[in-house]
Amino acid sequence: MSNQVTNAPSNSPVKTDQLFINLGPQHPSTHGVLRIGLTIEGEIIIKAVPDVGYLHRGTEKLAEVRGYHHCVVLSDRWDYVSAMPNNLVFCLAAEKLLGVKPPPRADALRVVMCETNRIASHLLFLGTYGIDLGAFTPFLYAFREREMILDLFEMLCGARLTYNYIRLGGVMVDVSPEWTARLKEFVEYFKPRLDEYDTLLTYNPIFMSRTKGVGLISAKEAVDWALSGPNLRGSGVNYDVRKHEPYCGYEQYDFDVPLGETGSCWDRYFCRAQEMRQSLRIIEQALAKLPEGPFMATGVAKIPKPAAGEAYAHVEASRGDLGIYLASDGGISPFRMHVRAPSFANLAILQEKLTGMKISDVIALLGSTDIVLGEVDR
Amino acid sequence: MTAPTPDEKVAAPKPPTPKFVMPVPVLNRSNGRLIEDRFSTWPQRIFDSKWSLPSYRFGAAMLVAIAAALYATGWLVGELSTRGEQAYSLIFHYGASYGLSPLSVGVIWIALKVIAVLLVILVNGLWSIWWERKISAHIQSRVGPTFAGSPKGRNFHGWAQTPIDGLKLLLKEDITPAAADRWVHALAPAIVIAPCIIAFAPVSFGSQLAAANLDIGTLYIFAFAGISVIGVVMAGWASGNKYSLLGGLRAAAQIVSYELPRGFSIVPVLMFAGSLNLSVIADAQTGFWWGVVPKWFVFYPVVGQIAFAIFLIASVAETNRTPFDIPEAESELVSGFHTEYSGMKWSIFFLTEYAYVLLGSFLLATFFLGGGGAPLPYAPFLLVPSWLWMLAKALLMMFVFLWIRWTLPRLRADQLMDFTWKFLLPWCFANIALAGLYLAFWLKP
Repeated sequence: MSNQVTNAPSNSPVKTDQLFINLGPQHPSTHGVLRIGLTIEGEIIIKAVPDVGYLHRGTEKLAEVRGYHHCVVLSDRWDYVSAMPNNLVFCLAAEKLLGVKPPPRADALRVVMCETNRIASHLLFLGTYGIDLGAFTPFLYAFREREMILDLFEMLCGARLTYNYIRLGGVMVDVSPEWTARLKEFVEYFKPRLDEYDTLLTYNPIFMSRTKGVGLISAKEAVDWALSGPNLRGSGVNYDVRKHEPYCGYEQYDFDVPLGETGSCWDRYFCRAQEMRQSLRIIEQALAKLPEGPFMATGVAKIPKPAAGEAYAHVEASRGDLGIYLASDGGISPFRMHVRAPSFANLAILQEKLTGMKISDVIALLGSTDIVLGEVDR
Repeated sequence: MTAPTPDEKVAAPKPPTPKFVMPVPVLNRSNGRLIEDRFSTWPQRIFDSKWSLPSYRFGAAMLVAIAAALYATGWLVGELSTRGEQAYSLIFHYGASYGLSPLSVGVIWIALKVIAVLLVILVNGLWSIWWERKISAHIQSRVGPTFAGSPKGRNFHGWAQTPIDGLKLLLKEDITPAAADRWVHALAPAIVIAPCIIAFAPVSFGSQLAAANLDIGTLYIFAFAGISVIGVVMAGWASGNKYSLLGGLRAAAQIVSYELPRGFSIVPVLMFAGSLNLSVIADAQTGFWWGVVPKWFVFYPVVGQIAFAIFLIASVAETNRTPFDIPEAESELVSGFHTEYSGMKWSIFFLTEYAYVLLGSFLLATFFLGGGGAPLPYAPFLLVPSWLWMLAKALLMMFVFLWIRWTLPRLRADQLMDFTWKFLLPWCFANIALAGLYLAFWLKP
C-alpha cells in the first residue's frame, strides 16, 4: 500500500479508471469557494487544476470610482479574516501619495491592531486546519479565543470583521484605558492557551504523521513560486516585511521571525503557531510604551486629491506579503489600484504540488497554505 | 474625623467581590451607542461563575439524584435473570390455564426477548446521541443541548434533544438522487442495520441475561458484525456520487482489515476462559487476587493490557469513528457513503453506528472488565446487581469511545492500513504466544 503512494501513479501495478471529481466550490475543506478539478486514479491525484473567481467582486475596479476614504472600506473585504492589515496597506500607499505622516500614537495603535488581528487570523487557521485533519476539538478552543479578540475589536470600532479602523492619516478612534486593560487581560489569558494547543494538536502523533513530510516545498520552489508569509518561512526562507522594510515603527519592537525547516505542512503550521507568540510579544511592548498625543494627523482632506503619481506600499499581513500599487491622475479617486494578494500567489503552487498526492493529503496541503478566497478573488 | 491618609486607604479592607457581577454597559466611543457587554461571556468569567447559576446547580443535583435512584432501583429489583424466570413461569402457568401449548409459550417468550433487545438498540440510539453531544460539548468547552424539554426554564441538560431530533428526521423528506440506483439505495440501510440487530442475540447484559445463550457466541457476533460492510459498500455505490463511492471503497478496505486484529486480540481471553460463550467468559473472571484486585482479564499482566488496547482500537475502527473515520471523512469526502442519504434512511446509518458502539462496549466489558462482577468484594458494591454493573462498565467504555473521537485527528487511509497490518496484527500474534506461556507455566488448566 505504501509503495503505491510513494511511486508515481503510472508505476502502480493496479490499473483503475481515472475519475474526475470536483473538489469545491461547495466543499467543507476548501475554506470558501475554491474549486479544484481533480483527476484521480484510485486515491492518487493525476492532475489538479485550481479554479478561482467564484468570489470576484471587482474591488480593484470599484476603487477607480470611489474616493480614497471609501477605498478603505473596500479593502476590508479582501482578506476578511484579518482586515486590519488590509486597511493599513491601503492607507500606507495613499499616505505616500498624499504626503501625510501619521502621528506616533497612530503608528503604535496600528501595530497593536495588526498583531491582534494576526493572532485572530492564525487562530482561525489553527482551528480549521484541525478540522481538515479530523480533529474537531481544537477548532472550538481556537474560536473561543478568537471570539475574545473580535469582542475587543467590537468594543473598539463597533465591527467584528470588517473594521475600517485604520484611516488615512491615523486611526478611527483612540483606545480607551478600559480597552487596553481588556487587551492585557486577553494577553495574559492567551499565553497558557498556546501551550494547550501544542498538547492538543501540534505534537499529537497522528497530526504529525499526517503533516510532517507531506506537501514538501523546498526553499527554491517557494521563492520561485513567489510564496510569502508563513508559507515561505515554513520552507526556511527568512523574509518578513516587518524586519526587512519596517513600517509603522516595527523596527522599535523586539521579536523573532519563526522559521520552518523542511517546508512540510507541519512546518507551515508550526510557523503560524510560533508567530502568535511573537505577536503577543509585540503587543506587550507596544502597549507598554504607547506614545501620548493625537491619533490622527492633521491636514487630511475630506475629499483627498493627491497629485498625479504612483505609490507602492506593502506590509506583512497575516497570510504574507500584501502590497498595493496606487496610481493617481490628480482626481478624487485612484486612477488604478492593484492588489498583490498573498493568498492568490500562494495558491498557484498547488497545481504542481498536488499531483501524485492522495486525496487526504490534498486537504492537508490546501489547509496548510491558509488561503482566504476573498483575497484570492478580490 | 480627619481625612484618611493614603496609607490608611491602602489598609482599608476591600469588600468581598460577589460571584456574579452584572455586566457594565459598554458604549461605543465614536457614536455613543450601547454595545452589548460581551466580556461577561469571556471564558474565565463563565468558569468562575457557573455554580452561581441556579440551573447549573439544579442540573448537578438532578444528576446525583439519578445516580442514587439507579442504585436504589438496582438494589430493589435485584438480578434481572431471576425476574425473567419468574416472568417466564408466570406466562407458562397463565398460558397453560388458557390452553396454550408449551411451544407457543416458547414462541411468545422468544418474541418478548427479541423486543427487549430491539428496545435496547433503540433506546441506546436516543441515549447515546444525547450522551455524545453532552460529552463532546464539555470536551470542547461548550455546554451542548440545554433548552430542549425545559418547562419554565428548569432545563435538565437538554434531555429532550434526541427525541425531538428523531421526530424531525421522521418528518424530513426522503430524497433519492436522480443518479442513484433506487433499489440498492433503499436496501443499503436495511443491510447495514439487520446484521447489527442479529449480532446482539448472544450479548450478555448481566449474569445469565442474554437473548440466546450460544456456545459460539463470540464467533457469531464477529461473523454478523462483518456483514454490515456490504450495506456500506452498497450505499456508496448506489448513491451515484463519486464521494460516496470513494467512501464505500475505503469502508470496505478498512472494516475487512480491522476484523483480523479484532478477532485475534481476544484469542488470549478465549484461551484463559476456555470457551466462546460470553457468559462463561464473564464467569471466568470472578474472584479477587489478595482480596482486592479483581481477576478481570484486563488486569492479567501485559497480555491483558495489550489485548484490551488492540480490541479497543479495532472496535473504534469497526465503528468508523475518529481517528478511523476515513469512510465518512467529513473534510475530505463530505460525508462519505451517507452523503446522499436523508431522513430516516440516514438516521438508520447513525442508529447502526451507535448500536455498534454499544456492542463494542458490552464486548469490552464482558471480555476484559469482568462482565457483571463487582470491582470490590464489599457490601455497597455487592448490593448492586450484575446487570447494573454491566451497564455501568459498558457506559464507561462508551465514554472512552467518545473521548477518543473528540480528541484525536484522523489517520490517512494508507496509514490506517499500515497500522493494522504492520503493527496491530503482529502484536496480536505476539500476545497469543505470551498467553500460551501463561497457560503453560502460570495458569495450568
